[in-house]
Amino acid sequence: MADQSLIHARGLVKRFGDFTAVDGIDLEVAPGEAFGFLGPNGAGKSSTMRMIGCVSTPTAGELRILGMDPVRDGTRIRARLGVCPQLDNLDPDLSVRENLTTYARYFGVSRAEARTRADELLEFVQLSDRANGKVEPLSGGMKRRLTIARAMVNDPDLVLLDEPTTGLDPQARHLVWERLFRLKQRGTTLVLTTHYMDEAEQLCDRLVVMDGGKIVAEGSPRALIENYSTAEVVELRFADGLDSNAQYAAKLDGIGDRVDPLPDRVLLYADDGDEAMAEVHRRGLTPESVLVRRSTLEDVFLHLTGRTLVD
Amino acid sequence: MMTTLVAARVSLSPGRVGAVINRNVGALRSGPSYWIVLISGFFEPLLYLLSIGVGVGALVGDLNVDGHTMSYAAFVAPAMLAVSAMSGALAETTFNFFFKLKYMKTYEAVLATPVRPFEIAVGELVWAVARGSVYTVTFLGFMVAMGLTTVAGALAAFPATVLIGLAFGAVGMWVSTLMRGWQDFDLLGTGQFAMFLFSGTFSPVQDYPVGVEILIQLTPLYHAVELVRGLCTGIVGPGIVVNIAYLAVMVVGGLWLASRRVEKMLCV
Repeated sequence: MADQSLIHARGLVKRFGDFTAVDGIDLEVAPGEAFGFLGPNGAGKSSTMRMIGCVSTPTAGELRILGMDPVRDGTRIRARLGVCPQLDNLDPDLSVRENLTTYARYFGVSRAEARTRADELLEFVQLSDRANGKVEPLSGGMKRRLTIARAMVNDPDLVLLDEPTTGLDPQARHLVWERLFRLKQRGTTLVLTTHYMDEAEQLCDRLVVMDGGKIVAEGSPRALIENYSTAEVVELRFADGLDSNAQYAAKLDGIGDRVDPLPDRVLLYADDGDEAMAEVHRRGLTPESVLVRRSTLEDVFLHLTGRTLVD
Repeated sequence: MMTTLVAARVSLSPGRVGAVINRNVGALRSGPSYWIVLISGFFEPLLYLLSIGVGVGALVGDLNVDGHTMSYAAFVAPAMLAVSAMSGALAETTFNFFFKLKYMKTYEAVLATPVRPFEIAVGELVWAVARGSVYTVTFLGFMVAMGLTTVAGALAAFPATVLIGLAFGAVGMWVSTLMRGWQDFDLLGTGQFAMFLFSGTFSPVQDYPVGVEILIQLTPLYHAVELVRGLCTGIVGPGIVVNIAYLAVMVVGGLWLASRRVEKMLCV
């Protein structure tokens, strides 16, 4: 198993002084998979990604990337990785195309080959018309797409994406997702972190939910929802909300599988939302607004940690 | 174990070092702003040579150093050459290096590739010296044209200026990894200027009180000036070995410390 895995970790730990960022996690990522780390800020996702990217040394535990030891073979491993960091670090002194060709040279790609690949990748991320322009005027979404193209310039076996769409507007996010989905279809192994449940649902075959440096759940998005939530969720908002949501939750007790009072709304977990609503009305409660929706990973996370993903 | 670790840290691939240099060539081609910095770095020592070497030199007359008589301009010119080699390399490995390290996050992007911290340090240093050599070669041309050294002296002095560039560039790079912000660069500038004034640049160090003379002999620019002056004037003593050794230690030590700091800062 460990031999075929692109990433293999056992009891992986990363500490910064007294602070434990990653607290003994086990991982196994197979070729061709799209694997995600879902969790709030500070969950240990980026620290894990940096260890996988061989730019951060594990404090303890076992880690093998592409079957190699990241401490001893860091250079050889990094040669086969593509990394898209959380914050764009494109080179403002270089043109859009040069950002790719220059980066390719770090991997020992020849000048001519670098140029060919750069043009192909610019085509792929729909930036061909900006090839000779500067990086600075590009929009956030364009910069992110360029960073993704840069991560592909060495034709990597494994692509690491740290929060690929954080800070992008919805339209730009969808464009990035669409490109990443294309990569996935080509068989590229993707490992990404996100604190957006929709991103994880869109892109990941399998994911782990991280909280406080630990993995609190693992599975496909569908399986996680089935295991940790109900098919549907009813969101109830009461006019006098805030302090009294806990009291409403008490009155709703027994409807569906579970009731969760949040500061601004009460969540009612039930396999049939409409039936649950009928019961709410039968109990004489009149919420100001009602939303019946399908369960998401956000609900899974809330169930597992008692907190929402995005604060 | 220790030796393998050291070997792993300092082993380098010429291709990857070349790629680090290649990035700077690309940046140089991409905009005019860089050329402005380049030009300003060249004029400073030349202006000093003309104003003090030639101007003040007319008042001072000839100088007698260790029993050799020379014009004041011929005495000052090699020192300006050494300063030019120093500041050319320093400009690149301090301001530019710091900016790429702290603000542009250039090296974070580079370290995600097979390139190692030591390869970044070597690449940046080679680039810095290549840049500094544009200054020194032009400056040597002026010196020959003004009759302040011979062609042979200039040819002998050029490799020395490369060594000076490597030495100051390497140490400067290490110092920039310790900088907390731009304010710290004022300190660096002050230090650089103090060395510029007192390293036997404008007057022989033997003229200072013994205590001061010894203090100056401990600082790096003194050794750079001595080395270049000896080669330009053709008056070479055994002290040249000490000068070269001093500068060589700066190269090795600076590179080692700089790459270690980069690793400590970015690979955590």
